[in-house]
Amino acid sequence: MAESGVTDGLCNTDDIERSKTEGKELTKEEKQRLRKEKKQQKKNKEKNDEKTSHEGEKKKNKKKKEEQPAGSASQPPAQPSPKAVPAPAPPPPAAAAVPVPASEAPAPADKPAKSKADLKAERASKGKKGDVGQPAPTGKLKAPPSELQPVVKRLPEHVQVDNPEVVKKLAKKLERQQIPLRSDYGYKVSLFSHLHQYSRKAPLTQQLGIPSTVIHPAIVRLGLQYSQGIVAGSNARSVALLHAFQQVIRDYTTPPNEELSRDLVNKLKPYISFLNQCRPLSASMGNAIKYIKKEISNIPSQCKEEEAKIKLLNCIERYINEKIVLAAKAIAKYSIEKISDGDVILVYGCSSLVNHILCEAFEKKRKFRVIVVDSRPRLEGREALRRLVQKGISCTYVLISAVSYILPEVSKVFLGAHALLANGYVMSRVGTSQIALVAKAFNVPVLVCCETYKFCERVQTDSFVSNELDDPDDLIVTRKGKTQLEHWQKVPSLGLLNLVYDVTPPDFVDLVITDLGMIPCTSVPVVLRVKNVDQ
Amino acid sequence: MRRRHNHPDVVPNHFHRQHTHTQTPSCPVSPLISSRFYTTTMPAPDKEIDLTERIEAFLSDLKRGGSGTGPLRGSAEMARETTALLRRIAAQARWSNAGDLMEIIRTEGRRMTAAQPSETTVGNMIRRVLKIIREEYARSRGSSEETDQQESLHKLLTSGGLSEENFRQHFAALKANVIEAINELLTELEGTTDNIKMQALEHIHSNEVIMTIGRSRTVEAFLKDAARKRKFHVIVAECAPFCQGHKMATSLSEAGIETTVITDAAIFAVMSRVNKVIIGTQTVLANGGLRAVNGTHTLALAAKHHSTPLIVCAPMFKLSPQFPNEEDTFHKFVSPHEVLPFTEGEILSKVNVHCPVFDYVPPELITLFISNIGGHAPSYIYRLMSELYHPEDHEL
Repeated sequence: MAESGVTDGLCNTDDIERSKTEGKELTKEEKQRLRKEKKQQKKNKEKNDEKTSHEGEKKKNKKKKEEQPAGSASQPPAQPSPKAVPAPAPPPPAAAAVPVPASEAPAPADKPAKSKADLKAERASKGKKGDVGQPAPTGKLKAPPSELQPVVKRLPEHVQVDNPEVVKKLAKKLERQQIPLRSDYGYKVSLFSHLHQYSRKAPLTQQLGIPSTVIHPAIVRLGLQYSQGIVAGSNARSVALLHAFQQVIRDYTTPPNEELSRDLVNKLKPYISFLNQCRPLSASMGNAIKYIKKEISNIPSQCKEEEAKIKLLNCIERYINEKIVLAAKAIAKYSIEKISDGDVILVYGCSSLVNHILCEAFEKKRKFRVIVVDSRPRLEGREALRRLVQKGISCTYVLISAVSYILPEVSKVFLGAHALLANGYVMSRVGTSQIALVAKAFNVPVLVCCETYKFCERVQTDSFVSNELDDPDDLIVTRKGKTQLEHWQKVPSLGLLNLVYDVTPPDFVDLVITDLGMIPCTSVPVVLRVKNVDQ
Repeated sequence: MRRRHNHPDVVPNHFHRQHTHTQTPSCPVSPLISSRFYTTTMPAPDKEIDLTERIEAFLSDLKRGGSGTGPLRGSAEMARETTALLRRIAAQARWSNAGDLMEIIRTEGRRMTAAQPSETTVGNMIRRVLKIIREEYARSRGSSEETDQQESLHKLLTSGGLSEENFRQHFAALKANVIEAINELLTELEGTTDNIKMQALEHIHSNEVIMTIGRSRTVEAFLKDAARKRKFHVIVAECAPFCQGHKMATSLSEAGIETTVITDAAIFAVMSRVNKVIIGTQTVLANGGLRAVNGTHTLALAAKHHSTPLIVCAPMFKLSPQFPNEEDTFHKFVSPHEVLPFTEGEILSKVNVHCPVFDYVPPELITLFISNIGGHAPSYIYRLMSELYHPEDHEL
């Protein structure tokens, strides 16, 4: 990377390489040197780019976490090539301005730079034909809400695994952040070649040096818990993430000559990349991270460090309380109205929210019984079964292939959700759409329970384009001493597919119960709009 | 060597004496069998023991084989064995007219179906053989059986009660004819898989994505035959808890077919990408519905939702005159240990666990049946039924 241009680049790179391998954080000077080199490279490249035509280069985006201006005005070339990809805007020397249009929270120092970038962007977009535009949907903050923004989102990296360019850029970025890259495992089914497939037996932390000072140990532990499946379920993951961030904030000290609001956000970026490598982030985690970054950037610069930290910790505490704990209470209150005596309720897998609702309803002396449906290979239903049986609720347990046998007995189906998409589709654990389909065929009402912080602005119509592939070795099972698929890797034409999520069309879902009330599936974009205006 | 069978009750005295004379030099006869008398010098008691032993062995096999971990033997084998046994009964048991034989077969048949109610091929074969006997009888008598069935109403009116056939007439050639006809049936049974295989190329084009569930030997042969000439992709749903799909997938991939194993939960998720669903079944019911391995109903619903054709490969011997209304005999359950193992001890005693083996698939969800005599729509099944079985045999 630093080979070209700069004269003393060679000896500097040696130093940098050495410190990288030792796992120490690059010193400030080294960082600045790197930045300068990259700026040089960029200038050379820009000259070439302006001559050649613009191609629609795909943008990488980790759920809009990266477009932080990150104090970009003061550190212009801090955005290396992977991120500064809005190709249409011919990157001027003030390259910092380029990612700004795609940012969400405008820091005050960016305003002059932004207007210049805006002009340039307009010029560029006039030249191009309706291509890669500017702000992410949360650009509504800047523009008047009545105007419809040309919303174009950057395609997340984790759904572009089949594009070698994107993969290379990610590798470069991770190298810069000193995070190891996790490699794919096993033969991937061709339908899903655009997604990652990792093995649980090769956790990312094996490639980290000890001690690793780049990543906070709480984050390392969290990443490991994610990748091994110890912390699973979207609520649990979000709460664990927020607690880890609280720990990070507590241990954080602002370096001299830096502002907390900008530096802390920069610190969080490699952590988020690391967690993403351990396990792709969920929609709820994405929303939580957006919120934290916004809160951090909104800290006024004259605020003392201790005060700022306490403020942030309280913010996070409040977020957890409002969006998760109180939301669960509100949803339980609404749902109990829907549970009547003598009901037979079917639940699938282990949703913390649905379990909470059922326990609450049982405490309110409703008479019902529960059928827990489970599926291989995760068998999460057993956990739900344990919790319900401990409360004293009478339960039945079947596997998902027996659902059409058991459904004639069922009066209601309660499902949890991982995320609710803007076109009304429900993204949830794989198998949910199947249960909804069979319930519809038997005319049994399907109710989805979901907090509003899980609503996301993505749209999706099938389960292929954006999903998560789990370890394929999980499908292997030993029955009666024989393991059929033991040597599946040796057979070239055999593939195992272990999907994690699927999307349920809105016509299968009768009602969505959220903390704002009971809404139909198609009202999700309305809720999103209302939320954004509030914020 | 011809043997004349005499009913034990009507044995005349001189035969009795003859029997005591011949009894000593021949092989030892157990007291149980000594009540049956034979007039020839052949070691006839052997055959009798042989036959009963075989029937008993078959019955105990049936009872044991139904432990539910998937069929220990395929349905085709079961059908062949049943037919072979019935041929043996026809050859070795004592009967003088068609009615007797039918009575014997019906009795044994009831015992066999009682041993394993879910194994419907046994009952089907018995009914086929009964129909064969009727046909042969009618042919010996000189009337044609086809007109009998179609104009039964007319016959009822005109002949008034003549439809009460008691099959008591004795025909010398009947036995040979019956055995020959059963041999033909056996030949047909042996060729069923091949006949179905040969139709594979008519239904599978290249670059298709085909979905199947569990393990069916018929579908396996079907797909392997098509793979000789065409390139396509197969997705196999593993069908928990027995995971028969794993074996199917390894077998298909060893034949060079691009195979993917998915969990049952992902059936709807991947269905949008599937062109055809090809499944096997345990039984085809009289209304055109299926009794197939559990999970098939979900698969059929998903296919219907995506308007994907559902093709069932089922040979004719799986066609059964039962209807799905009999709630208590339709479902079969196996040990819930497969679903929730005993290692989950502390909650095991407090929950109900179900592990059904079969699923009912209504005929509206099925597009095509492929059998050894060609392809049919589900609405045509009732006609095939009337050709294979006589209405009076529907209840054994």
